[in-house]
Amino acid sequence: MFRNTYDSDNTVFSPQGRLHQVEYALEAVKQGSAAVGLRSKTHSILLALKRSSGELASYQQKMFRIDDHVGIAIAGLTSDARVLSNFMRQQAMSSKMVFNRPAPVNRLVSAIADKAQVNTQEYGRRPYGVGFLVIGLDQSGPHLYEFSPSGNSYEYYAMSIGARSQSAKTYLEKHYESFADCSLEELIKHGLHALRETLQQDKALNVNNTSIGILGPASVHETGISSSGSFRILEGDSIQPFLDTMVPKDAPAPAAGSGGAAADEDVQMQE
Amino acid sequence: MDHFPTNWGRPRNDAFDAYGTYPIAQRPYNGPKDTFETGVQRTQQPIVTGTSVLALKYKDGIMMAADNLASYGSLARFKDVERLHSVGNNTVIGAGGDMSDFQYIQSILDSLMIEEFTAQDGHSLGPSEIHEYLSQVMYSRRSKMDPLWNSLIVGGFKDGKRFLSYVDLLGTTYSSSTLATGYGSYIAQPLLRKAVEGYEDVLTEEQAEKIITECLKVLFYRDARSLNKYQIATITAKGVHISESRSMETTWSFAEGIRGYGSQTQ
Repeated sequence: MFRNTYDSDNTVFSPQGRLHQVEYALEAVKQGSAAVGLRSKTHSILLALKRSSGELASYQQKMFRIDDHVGIAIAGLTSDARVLSNFMRQQAMSSKMVFNRPAPVNRLVSAIADKAQVNTQEYGRRPYGVGFLVIGLDQSGPHLYEFSPSGNSYEYYAMSIGARSQSAKTYLEKHYESFADCSLEELIKHGLHALRETLQQDKALNVNNTSIGILGPASVHETGISSSGSFRILEGDSIQPFLDTMVPKDAPAPAAGSGGAAADEDVQMQE
Repeated sequence: MDHFPTNWGRPRNDAFDAYGTYPIAQRPYNGPKDTFETGVQRTQQPIVTGTSVLALKYKDGIMMAADNLASYGSLARFKDVERLHSVGNNTVIGAGGDMSDFQYIQSILDSLMIEEFTAQDGHSLGPSEIHEYLSQVMYSRRSKMDPLWNSLIVGGFKDGKRFLSYVDLLGTTYSSSTLATGYGSYIAQPLLRKAVEGYEDVLTEEQAEKIITECLKVLFYRDARSLNKYQIATITAKGVHISESRSMETTWSFAEGIRGYGSQTQ
């Protein structure tokens, strides 16, 4: 409608009561490649699809370790993600230094949510253009949170963000009730299947374009993991055993998604 | 006056100009840039002081004791002071040294606990976290040459585990099954160690209380800045309990027979 007159200033509401700049920021998250998160009674995991700008280029990093007990997967502006994850790391380290305890995960997520909210209310600032899936492990067990540039954060059993994430959500909604009692291998298998739903036709998950982040005791394919199960990122050949557990697709399922004509690149800050 | 043209017409720091109408974040900073700008800080001396604090681990948890005296130099000025302070349901801190600094510590810990409480997310600060926080505060004040002049014992019980640790005005920390501050660390510590070491998981509350009152009695005889009115705190799985003030019986009849000072007999 009259969207354009109300959307250049962050501090102007539209007549419908919406902040269009914030909604455009959410669009930036939807442009990033997909990330999936899910949890069981013992583990929290993240799976992400990495993009590369061409055959000569490396694949974009999608996961960051915040602390031994917290990890994140990003979708959207990578540079904004680095700033926010650095802030999370500082908060996590501060808790260990001042109180000698790992930061409660819900507080870390609330901290970045409150920080992002400032950018939706101060004149002259733009909202952060990145969304996170945050997994954490504390005394009350494994957790999964979503953070979005609107400043909202939610806790989930399973969630997906990024391009064509709705297809992954459909898979997760179908199977989430069985996640609680899954072993780590079964959980990863579910996650990979969900992530596969977000692929375009003719593409497949392989050791180069997939990342797996794990919190919790080691799987049968891992060695040298601490008993408490610190956050680790699996990439490259180490994820082949997990990819091998996937059920092959019979016919290439049409990748259902919105606006598939968008350029297939994580939005990078242009030099 | 602000000499920098880039700050003119921009939102200003409220503390220095009350008419700023914008949020302050990331604006040019016009305040003092380091401690020396606000005036040099010097090492203080303690004025109103408390003496020893004793603590030990026993079967059910931690027991801590301190007398009710705050001295003004050699004057026994305030005789109803509580030097044991509970922090939440799991921790007690006992303080010797400057009592006004201890009152300040109490208020910052109370604010901390209230903040933690308002998070309402199932997490709470236990004795280990309180001790770490206090160590950071004490050491950072020492490093600014502006110490909080106290020796503190932090004792508590959380998640089935006993905690007992010390921190002082220098930021020094240590942990043991028996701890004492002030004169107690010279006079009471050997008595505590003899009675407790090796028996931490066996001592009952009655036995622990007997050991502590014996040490307090010896301290009252020997420490010229002590009082025979005291309180005992216990922290167990049931929580924190700080007793009412009690008095102890002592015999001073030997004083009648004293003539002169030391070797002088007339």
